[in-house]
Amino acid sequence: MIKVTDLSKNYGTVEAVKSISFNIQDGEIVGFLGANGAGKTTTLKMMTGYLVPTSGKIEFNDLNIIDDTHEIQKQIGYLPELNPLYMEMRVYEYLEFLAGIRKIIGRQFKEALSRVIEECGLRGVVHKNIADCSKGYRQRIGLAAAMIHDPKILILDEPVTGLDPNQIVEIRGLIKQLGKEKLVFMSSHILQEIQATVDRIMIINQGEIVANGTSDELMSNFMGNVILNMEVKGAAPETIEHIQAKVPSVKFVSLNTSNDIQQIQFEYGKDQDPREDLFRYAVENHWTILNMTPHTTNLEDIFRDLTTESDTHA
Amino acid sequence: MHNIRIIYKRELDGYFNSPMAYIFLVIFAVVNGYFFTNTFFLFGQSDLRMLFDIVPLVYLFFIPAVSMGLIAKENNIGTMETISTLPLNTYEFVIGKFLAGFFLILIGLGATAIHFITLASVGTNVDYGAIFSGYLGLALMGAMYTAVGTYASSVTDNQVVAFIIGVFLVLVFYMLDKTLVFVPHSIAGIIQFLAVDYHLSNISRGVIDSRNLIYFFSVIGFFIFLTIQTLEVRRWK
Repeated sequence: MIKVTDLSKNYGTVEAVKSISFNIQDGEIVGFLGANGAGKTTTLKMMTGYLVPTSGKIEFNDLNIIDDTHEIQKQIGYLPELNPLYMEMRVYEYLEFLAGIRKIIGRQFKEALSRVIEECGLRGVVHKNIADCSKGYRQRIGLAAAMIHDPKILILDEPVTGLDPNQIVEIRGLIKQLGKEKLVFMSSHILQEIQATVDRIMIINQGEIVANGTSDELMSNFMGNVILNMEVKGAAPETIEHIQAKVPSVKFVSLNTSNDIQQIQFEYGKDQDPREDLFRYAVENHWTILNMTPHTTNLEDIFRDLTTESDTHA
Repeated sequence: MHNIRIIYKRELDGYFNSPMAYIFLVIFAVVNGYFFTNTFFLFGQSDLRMLFDIVPLVYLFFIPAVSMGLIAKENNIGTMETISTLPLNTYEFVIGKFLAGFFLILIGLGATAIHFITLASVGTNVDYGAIFSGYLGLALMGAMYTAVGTYASSVTDNQVVAFIIGVFLVLVFYMLDKTLVFVPHSIAGIIQFLAVDYHLSNISRGVIDSRNLIYFFSVIGFFIFLTIQTLEVRRWK
């Protein structure tokens, strides 16, 4: 289990991460979502011991990242953003180097190598120079490097950035597979990516966690009112604007008229569905309904709202 | 020790998997060979003094070039992040890097043995003791400059900048005793003690004094310590 408490990081006078707290349980795949520069990478760098927090605590079970850095690093597999690799090395040499530092040598290394070749699909490239591998393969090499010691915890920083759609599907499948046995914490700035892979989403904006929950929880917590778009003919404007007097749950938002067609926007609460009442009201007032489309907030709208709202405050 | 060996081996493989090591070694051998043989048969003296004079000059540029990428390259391509998140002590990383750079210098120095073989075969009354101590002095100087170069490589992400800083720092050590006539008498002793030439010339004369050895090992230790501190401080920034 990972427990982060009041974690902050300042770069000079810039507060990159502002007192964030969260927990991740074993066996969970958690997505860390935020716009570029929101503080995701800084948080991950602190969790892996690459950066020292300005304040706050990061605990892995009973170990603390400040006092037990190496003990924690033994349990973590980390794929950094941009996946830096030694291009002049062969794939197995690179994995052997990392395994060596983790004291996995000889027969143990051979077993670990076979395992990651199998899990990451590296069979055809093991003896190739890393520089000669495609970007998709390099990403797999990065993942294999993070997994060579079979860690309990995988921390992946933007694992699918720069990959083509087929490669994204492959890596996503791999991460899901790994998540069955390991705690996976992955960051991304692409909502669809996170949504398709993880059990739980945390959204970070300007160094603060603004949402934390499953897709469904986020939807129910952050979903705003439903916007209903209607196209009608023959409606008297006053019957449109004063609709709330007859249908209290519906609020008039806007009206545009072009070529005798009136495009109206109404708004109502997410737990209500006043479309039947609206239909009856339209019939009573001799509107001809051409179209009626409710627009509910999706996760993308929530993400955009959460990550732009604070921008305007700042 | 295990991790130092792994870092050392990777770095050395890195040198020899690219053309870099070969280019450096060929240039080192050609430059030293040219200046040595130019005057060797002319003077007709059975010693390697000319070689021992020219190598410190070639070192001034050769060693910062060998060491410029040791850490700056890791910072530049981002592999420093991978390294820093491994269960590896910073001192193991720095010493492994330093030893790899130093080993390449020793190979370069070893290649000059061809001149020693020439001398041994055509010379008379060869003073083998002086040649041994001369090589020892050059090896110590090489180790010291590699430590300085490793430090220069740790303060920047840019190899060219690391090279320039490295050349500047080794030049300071090299030039110190040339400035003795300009400094007050009271500090001349300290300046002389800090100058690398003073200690090298002592050892090259065949006097292996513990003060000279302490000087070399202290400077090497000091710059390795500075490098470790530089890398540690980066984590706190």
